[in-house]
Amino acid sequence: MAAPCVSCGRALSARLSLTVRASLARRPGHWKPSAVDWQMGAGSQLLKLIHTTAVTTKKNVPASRHEVYTEDFIKKQIEEFNIGKRHLANMMGEDPETFTQEDIDRAIAYLFPSGLFEKRARPIMKHPDQIFPKQRAIQWGKDGRPFHFLFYTGKPSYYSLMHVSMLHLYLIGSRWLIKEELEEMLVENLSDQDYMQFIRLLEKLSTLQCGPAEEEFVQRFRRGVAIQSKKQLIEPVQYDERGMAFSTSEGRRKSATAKAVVYEHGSGEISVNGMGYLHYFPVLQDRCEQLMFPFHFLDRLGKHDVTCTVCGGGRSAQAGAIRLAVAKALCSFITEDEVEWMRQAGLLTSDPRVRERKKPGQEGARRKFTWKKR
Amino acid sequence: MAPARTALPRLLCAGVRSARRWPGFLRKATPGPAGPSGRMLTGAPNPARSEPQDDHDLQRKILDLPLKHSDFFNVKELFSVKSLFEARVHLGHKAGCRHRFMEPYIFGSRLDQDIIDLEQTASHLQLALNFTAHVAYRKGIILFVSRNRQFMHLIENTAQNCGEYAHTRYFKGGLLTNAQLLFGPEVRLPDLIIFLHTLNNVFEPHVAVRDAAKMNIPTVGIVDTNCNPCLITYPIPGNDDSPPAVHLYCRLFCTTINRAKEKRRQMEILYQLPSVKRAEDSGTRRSS
Repeated sequence: MAAPCVSCGRALSARLSLTVRASLARRPGHWKPSAVDWQMGAGSQLLKLIHTTAVTTKKNVPASRHEVYTEDFIKKQIEEFNIGKRHLANMMGEDPETFTQEDIDRAIAYLFPSGLFEKRARPIMKHPDQIFPKQRAIQWGKDGRPFHFLFYTGKPSYYSLMHVSMLHLYLIGSRWLIKEELEEMLVENLSDQDYMQFIRLLEKLSTLQCGPAEEEFVQRFRRGVAIQSKKQLIEPVQYDERGMAFSTSEGRRKSATAKAVVYEHGSGEISVNGMGYLHYFPVLQDRCEQLMFPFHFLDRLGKHDVTCTVCGGGRSAQAGAIRLAVAKALCSFITEDEVEWMRQAGLLTSDPRVRERKKPGQEGARRKFTWKKR
Repeated sequence: MAPARTALPRLLCAGVRSARRWPGFLRKATPGPAGPSGRMLTGAPNPARSEPQDDHDLQRKILDLPLKHSDFFNVKELFSVKSLFEARVHLGHKAGCRHRFMEPYIFGSRLDQDIIDLEQTASHLQLALNFTAHVAYRKGIILFVSRNRQFMHLIENTAQNCGEYAHTRYFKGGLLTNAQLLFGPEVRLPDLIIFLHTLNNVFEPHVAVRDAAKMNIPTVGIVDTNCNPCLITYPIPGNDDSPPAVHLYCRLFCTTINRAKEKRRQMEILYQLPSVKRAEDSGTRRSS
């Protein structure tokens, strides 16, 4: 290895051999120097060192990112660490039994002062478990039988976690029997305490790891829970000073917001911002399709009075906002079936459409500039 | 019996740690260059150096005795044709799904649905259970393989109950053929693979069937009318889709394996093996 150095000048050889050896010692194992080329600069004593290395990667070897450290090696390292710790304690004049990691760090910093800026490059003395990366222990016994029953899947820990999680799969989407259902099942009268004890016992059983027979047993006492869709919020009915029943709600469309007060008994008058609806919405489309539609849908055209305030938006947006507010307010005076019909008709859904922004490079939101061929 | 002969030498090697010369007739039966020696364990010390001859004879007695009976573990009593019928094992798929090689096992077809011949099923099941019992008796590694998500959990539980292994997950490419690279140089491959569902989730034959045949691992498999029974050593024609049928199979395999292991323990105690003796000396006294 140091052979090429002999041919150079003696003064340089020692220093260069050190650097070569240091660079060789940096990466043990894989690095095999095939040639160390030397270039003689024209007429000068300086030599340019060119390393041409053939890094031979081992083929047909399990692709491991870390070095494989055997258990014996790690054990030896731990023994050496412990002995070294005691020596260090003796050196510092402290008690070896109560020498903690912080004391070790302080001792090393004292004995080997380093001016390096990179903290990780300074000398350290830590327990081998913190230095050498964690390795998987050998997963089979002396007779060759693996320890874990899912060993042959390749990822035993992950799949055992999946296996255990499946135990609780049947618990999702179901509820325990209620007391009445249990009484019906057993044809006996139960007290609340009896029922609570039983449920507690079943809960405990379901948390334990049990086989399929136990699962079946527990499932007998669970009933499916139908997933309920988002319930329609119904406004509460309020009463004003004259004893008239009314309900209020809000509605939005584009940038218009409306607040509507719907009275239960009335003659079909609609006043918007203090004005009559005929004045405020001269266009027929707004009046018929938006304002009157909720009443028309429920066949209650002349039966309710509406007072509403609206601001923002344009003509059509305000009409739409009022429609939504009126429909929501009407929910408190009608049956649940009718509420469901209104929901299906789309009267209770706020329109999410808003104005799309104009983009740069285009004339509008979608319209592009005129394309000219030449 | 030929398939049993090919598998036995490897299993005998796995149990006994000495390099024995096998008698000629057994040697001839082993297929190809990747014979029993490939599966032998290395680096494990001999149990008793003081009396090797006695040890040999005892091991021989324990391992040879079951082979003299045709049904040493009495697996016939675990099921009957009636119990198979009640578990709906005879129901196959529609005639359009039928695989050509399953035709010998099909009794007939009723309203376009194939019915499997339960007499044949019973005899195949008896052979398969007997073989499983022998493998378990010789402390072989048994791997349950299935890719049916409905019974995944049940099969993993069955494997846990018998103390054997299961693989009901995504089957990685070279698991059996490239095991040295994936697990380590000294890994021990399964000695028997039991397929409760031969097809995977896309209705193609499971890769493990072909790989086990490549690695000379005997297989036991429940083959339905749409499956290919060719590469499976001990096919069991039967239904693999109904829950009662799969529950029955799991119960049967679990019982046979536990029975065989129990028998092995009893035989070892009976013949007073040195390893057992040492364990007893250090532990409790043996009750005669």
